[in-house]
Amino acid sequence: MYLYDHYDQAMVDARVAEFRDQTRRRIEGTLSEEKFRPLRLQNGLYLQLHAYMLRVAVPYGTLSGSQMKMLGDIADKYDRGYGHFTTRQNIQYNWIKLEDTPDILADLASVEMHAIQTSGNCIRNISADQYAGATADELIDPRPYAELLRQWSSFHPEFLALPRKFKICVIASDTDRAAMRLHDIGIQIVKNEAGEIGAAFYVGGGMGRTPIIAPLVKAFVPLDELITYSEACLRVYNRYGRRDNKYKARIKILVHELGLEEYSRQVEEEFAHLQTLNIEPPLAELERIKTFFADPAYETGLSDDLDLSNPAFAAWVKNNTAAHKTPGYAIVNISLKPVKVLADGTKEAGIPGDATGEQIRIMADLAKTYSFDELRVTHTQNIVLPHVRKADLFTVWEKLVAAELAEANLDKITDIIACPGLDYCTLANARSIPVAQKIAERMADKAEEIGELKLKISGCINACGHHHAGHIGILGVDRKGLENYQLLLGGCEGADTSLGKIIGPGFDEDGIVGAVEKATQVYLANKEGEERFLDTYRRIGMNPFKEAIYG
Amino acid sequence: MKIITGNDLKSGAVTWWNGAAWSLHVNDAADMGDEAAAVIAAEEAARRVNGAYVIEAEQTADGIRPAHIKERIRALGPTVRLDLSLDPTATPDKVL
Repeated sequence: MYLYDHYDQAMVDARVAEFRDQTRRRIEGTLSEEKFRPLRLQNGLYLQLHAYMLRVAVPYGTLSGSQMKMLGDIADKYDRGYGHFTTRQNIQYNWIKLEDTPDILADLASVEMHAIQTSGNCIRNISADQYAGATADELIDPRPYAELLRQWSSFHPEFLALPRKFKICVIASDTDRAAMRLHDIGIQIVKNEAGEIGAAFYVGGGMGRTPIIAPLVKAFVPLDELITYSEACLRVYNRYGRRDNKYKARIKILVHELGLEEYSRQVEEEFAHLQTLNIEPPLAELERIKTFFADPAYETGLSDDLDLSNPAFAAWVKNNTAAHKTPGYAIVNISLKPVKVLADGTKEAGIPGDATGEQIRIMADLAKTYSFDELRVTHTQNIVLPHVRKADLFTVWEKLVAAELAEANLDKITDIIACPGLDYCTLANARSIPVAQKIAERMADKAEEIGELKLKISGCINACGHHHAGHIGILGVDRKGLENYQLLLGGCEGADTSLGKIIGPGFDEDGIVGAVEKATQVYLANKEGEERFLDTYRRIGMNPFKEAIYG
Repeated sequence: MKIITGNDLKSGAVTWWNGAAWSLHVNDAADMGDEAAAVIAAEEAARRVNGAYVIEAEQTADGIRPAHIKERIRALGPTVRLDLSLDPTATPDKVL
């Protein structure tokens, strides 16, 4: 994985020193909150319901063991013993003190991490396929290009005051595991008819109050013009994106209002101009970056055989591991959505995306010992060990079981994305986490029978919980001071991205749990063959679900 | 009643104005009536609080109950982690 050079380290260290001075001046009183607020936000520090919240960037979701260990140590030393992995492949801490923040940033800098550009109207953390570099179904590893985009977008003077925040995703597989087309710019690395590798640009996607699937703006950009074309896309947005209305300021609104043809024309014009300025980073820099993403030293001649005589282990292998490109290896998904069975038989679901400091350190140790010192954070709020020998899977599973990290529920109805919601977030209108927990507890016994069902919950229209893209989506709203939950069906991220549709009037907290259960019953009664929930919904439409839920 | 809340500048902790100083406990909050604006201006100027504002609340047998669920969650802690609440009697029902 990428290692800082002295420029990277010097920039991050300088930012820590700068923020230390800004914090001192705020506490001493020479900086007002009005002036300090944008400075702290540029360093990922929000003020939330209970305390300051610090959002730490995990570039394209990739972490080393020592970085992961530091995240666990920060949870224990500065927070209340846990952290929350987010849908931007980042981590957030909910109980941070302003006076501690410069020290936290210094600790992060010591392991080549920071919180820069995790807030504000700038280019945010670049996201990517969590299986990058490990999966057999990708064209090439997209991470060198994600890293190039990270370097280009970090402190880019032209793009630090955009009309709104800006999110870029890079994948290199037809199996989109990163919700690529729901980003401001989604880049898919593709091969053209001549067999050359390039990038397809999808621009103007996003969720929030106006969900839009990004249209294809350019089918093939040569990789040695990736940055130049990205800059052209951003320049047109920066010039014409609306600054008068924050709800219409995202690039999706500009592309929609200009029309795809006109936006593309303007980008082409800007692209032609930028090509004359020779702004593309030198090829040598890309080649230097690529060396950091070379394959680890895989063993050869390993067997793919597994002893699956332990049923719990077999279930975990079936649900939580994925095919690796190298024989004898597997990709391991660690679910952060536990559903514990208590002594009296009742269920107790965990908080989606939360992990204790100790659990984070255990995952760090597992990565060091069994996964070439590498982990990934997924946008579904889980963790990946990308390169585990199949011969080590049983040992890894046993250690995960001991740490309560072995829930075998990837992409099942209990593997729920949930934003922090009203329990933590100042923007939220309703709580997300308790709804996720109640659904997980109610549906745990049926999860295996139901199969793949992606359920996503947001506590407000900003859609941090990706409810538009859930096979079942739930949106929490405030109805006359009471929490109310709208049910959406039919959303999907990935190669066949679609947006969920609201089924009808909303429900209270218990009502929405019952409505979800009824939706699954309609699916099970109507499924044909190997259909997933989404397939059945697409075939039979909304009405059977509506009749069962409201009838 | 009208009570004042904010976040402690240095720690970010939720605080409540008790008439003379800031408390971590909502039950210490004082009914400030029309005096709130002056208190907020003075306390923010003194950098003892961040983003102070007035909320509606009522005195109940169990203590002071903010009118809106968001403020009750601020007062008692996340409903999903009441083990972190400063109020040992906090329950989800009390928050809701």
